[in-house]
Amino acid sequence: MIAPEVLNEWYPVAMASQIRAGQRRQTQLLGQPITVVLTDGAIAVQGPTGSFPVIERFGHVWTCPGTPAHDLFTVPEVDQPGRRLVDVGVVRVKCSPLRAVENFLDIAHFPFVHTDILGAEPHTEVNRYEVQIREDTDEVWATKVTFYQPQAAKSAEVGIVTEYMYRVPAPTVSVLYKTCPVVPGEWDVIGIFVQPLTEELCDVWPYMALFDDVTPMAELIAFQQMIFLQDRSILENQIPRLLPLDPGMEIPTQADLTSIAYRRWLKKRGLTYGAQMVAA
Amino acid sequence: MIRLYDYVLSASCYKVRLMASLVGLKLEHEAVDFHPGLEHKSAAFRQMNPAGTLPVLMDGDLILTESTAMLVYLARMSGPEWLGPDTPQALAQVQQWLAFSGRLAASLGRARLHDMLLYPGDIDALRRDGHDALRELEAALTERRFAGRDWLVGDAPSIADIACFPNVALSQDGGVVLDDYPAIRLWSLSIRSLDRFVEMPGIHRLHELRPAPVEV
Repeated sequence: MIAPEVLNEWYPVAMASQIRAGQRRQTQLLGQPITVVLTDGAIAVQGPTGSFPVIERFGHVWTCPGTPAHDLFTVPEVDQPGRRLVDVGVVRVKCSPLRAVENFLDIAHFPFVHTDILGAEPHTEVNRYEVQIREDTDEVWATKVTFYQPQAAKSAEVGIVTEYMYRVPAPTVSVLYKTCPVVPGEWDVIGIFVQPLTEELCDVWPYMALFDDVTPMAELIAFQQMIFLQDRSILENQIPRLLPLDPGMEIPTQADLTSIAYRRWLKKRGLTYGAQMVAA
Repeated sequence: MIRLYDYVLSASCYKVRLMASLVGLKLEHEAVDFHPGLEHKSAAFRQMNPAGTLPVLMDGDLILTESTAMLVYLARMSGPEWLGPDTPQALAQVQQWLAFSGRLAASLGRARLHDMLLYPGDIDALRRDGHDALRELEAALTERRFAGRDWLVGDAPSIADIACFPNVALSQDGGVVLDDYPAIRLWSLSIRSLDRFVEMPGIHRLHELRPAPVEV
């Protein structure tokens, strides 16, 4: 029995361009079989007992298997003229959907998992940053995050100190804003949209909205896939499989503030699919 | 310059990138949108490679579409010692392993594409075939160890090792773990310890064997 709080959220289930090209996607959402199809020019999601509501946004198809508690979040920056919108494509990961999001929020692993790209030894320190659960929008935000990066983006030629903001606008989604190497004062936007197939299996759709007129699309996609696939083997080996929402034996450090806020936010809202409540 | 039509997550493309690095050859990389774009199946790409597969290596008029042939070419160009000893037995054994690497791609490689990028396939059969191939490799490497040798053919690493390494090292991506294959794991460490070894997502560099950074 899945909690209504979980069912009433929006989840990504397909890349819109693939469905619009006539592909039919038979997949799972929260353990239920669903089909994403194009019918009469509109994208439809069919669940076991009928159609689910559909929103097409950020190049992806979103659905809600219950009664939507609210609209799907927006990212106004994505509509700025001049941005390249990059659908990176699906990657399946044998892990809790919540762990996939939590990993995306973590900065401390950069020098060790994304060595010489998003981080490098000895620059391993995570500086102080700010985390809040914003009352008005009920989202988790981390701001003023800074980190030294040898190659922050495909377009970055030298190492730079990158500033980040992280945002969790939906239970299985995170969006980050990071220093844009080519347009000073603007943020590059990178997201991961996680489709929970089951509590321990997910399809992950990385997404980017960048200022970069130079890099060929195939290279932008390859760069982000490289980064995400470096994470995949780590995610598949994390124990316990479900994300613990009670403090238990794990000792968080300063660098884990965003993760702690995310876990508290999930617990407060009853978003426990892919989580365990008893301390590990 | 030699040009490689490349995809970052492809085991076969990595095979060529690794070989080029080991023999000190710099390649020009042309990224192909294999996933999700299926650019390698496009009409334009098939003009170059009718099979619609990656990688493709181009050097002047020469176009190669089989990664094992690319290993031969790069080794013969810049590191002939990588071709293995010049004896009838060794030359034949190298060919044997190059062909064997195709079995690894058809089993472990397909299992990886299935588990990671949602390619169709009978996953149980693919993993079973993968284990069959790994058992064969394990037996061969164990015998080589007993004979005091670290590599598949001869006394030094060769294109035979490089051809077989990527799909073996990435097997966990397709749900096949190497716990039962100690000789393979040791051989994999030997390859990852080579000078000018390069990594790819899923195949890490040897953090554990490197000296700790000076300023910690």
